Amino acid sequence: MEIKKTPLYRLHIELGAKMVPFAGWEMPLSYSGIIKEHWAVRNRCGLFDVSHMGRIEISGSKSLEAIQYITTNDASRLKDGQVQYTILCNEDGGAIDDVTLYRSDEEQYLLCVNASNRDKVYGWIREKIGPSVDMTDLSDAFAQVALQGPLSCEVLRPITDMDPAGIEYYNFKECAIRGVPILLSRTGYTGEDGFEIYIPVDMAETVWQTITDSGAADLFPAGLGARDMLRLEKCYPLYGHELDEKTGPLEAGLGRFVAMEKDGFIGKDALRDRAVQKRLVAIEISDNGIPRERCRILKDGVEIGSITSGTFSPVLKKPIALGYVEERYSLLDTEVKIAIRKKTVNGRIVKKPFYKRPSTVQLA
Amino acid sequence: MDFPKDLKYTKEHEWIRVDSDIAVVGVTDYAQDSLGDIVYLELPQEGGTVTKDEPFGVVESVKAVSDLYSPLNGTVAEVNDALIDNPEVINEDPYGEAWMIKIEIENRDEIGELLSAEDYQKYLEEEK
Repeated sequence: MEIKKTPLYRLHIELGAKMVPFAGWEMPLSYSGIIKEHWAVRNRCGLFDVSHMGRIEISGSKSLEAIQYITTNDASRLKDGQVQYTILCNEDGGAIDDVTLYRSDEEQYLLCVNASNRDKVYGWIREKIGPSVDMTDLSDAFAQVALQGPLSCEVLRPITDMDPAGIEYYNFKECAIRGVPILLSRTGYTGEDGFEIYIPVDMAETVWQTITDSGAADLFPAGLGARDMLRLEKCYPLYGHELDEKTGPLEAGLGRFVAMEKDGFIGKDALRDRAVQKRLVAIEISDNGIPRERCRILKDGVEIGSITSGTFSPVLKKPIALGYVEERYSLLDTEVKIAIRKKTVNGRIVKKPFYKRPSTVQLA
Repeated sequence: MDFPKDLKYTKEHEWIRVDSDIAVVGVTDYAQDSLGDIVYLELPQEGGTVTKDEPFGVVESVKAVSDLYSPLNGTVAEVNDALIDNPEVINEDPYGEAWMIKIEIENRDEIGELLSAEDYQKYLEEEK
């Protein structure tokens, strides 16, 4: 399969990005250095290309009904202009994907899905809800960037035709950046204030450049490396690591996004009856050595689980990881060991997330 | 990328500066660039022995971990302990501040087997 390139590919090369394949896409791993880009997002702001994600529009008079059937969260609680994190589950209670759902109005919704699941999700929804709604894959019609960090509002304010601070967290507005119509959503995957911006594909470079110019020395282009580090400090799951078709929202600690009071949705019965065998835990490492995916987690020499994601946390200045352990070992403060290559390192199960942004930069 | 002409190199991406009977060893600009942000470094104890083509330490970046291979047989004469506390210096100054160990050379013939800057660059081109 040929590797895909986003509408911003040319700019990434021009910026000297180190490119890597990710979910079938050639994406920037980093520009100036992963840790530098991470700090830019924590302290100032970073601009990510997230065009590889999938964008699926669902419309028609039966939209809400259909969405309620295929998602675990309660979409009826959404008002126009609001966004919701939700999960698509299979009949067994495993995850088909985790997505954000945008409600434009009662007959028009947008799903933002993981790059790796784009085709699967489209086909799966089609199969589950048939022709009762209109579905359009808008993925190729839009580019998508994420501006993340405490200075995001200030960077956008001079170039946007409305005050971006007026958009509340998990809300979006259709507006314009220097005359280019965009969808501006106050969402992100970094644990900082910020926006995700949907741009008509032929204006992608222009808008990226406009934002970059406005951010000047405070803005850093940021790649997948920093994105992964930031989301791990915040304990956000990444599909294919913390979630998959066997591992659903209950194991992953995402029960608050499952509306069990909602009428029949796919996976509801299984989720209700599911005896959770393993739980996702956050592990802080006290030795030098970064746990990588599939490293074994040990308790008294016995394997009790495995790592799903690990990184170095610049905030904590130590390695951190997410992993699944047997339910009975998932209590806070449990001491564990992790086998990394030829050695083992000491870790402790800690409260999620590893990082919370300081309250002084809470949303305006 | 920079490959100083006065240094010797290995296919495992170490550089060697020969100074009479001492060989100073670090990793190349290519190595640091491929690894990206380096966060941990493990080095041997002073006085220990190192074996040609065998690991003498470990360097770990945010995205990968890699063994360090000794270019020569010999005894570790000095270790850059300051670098262990500040491994990010490897990214900033791979041929200077980021030297790793000094080896007392056992057999000078081994030096002749190391790559010149030109050979190393040629090797990198072929590997691409």
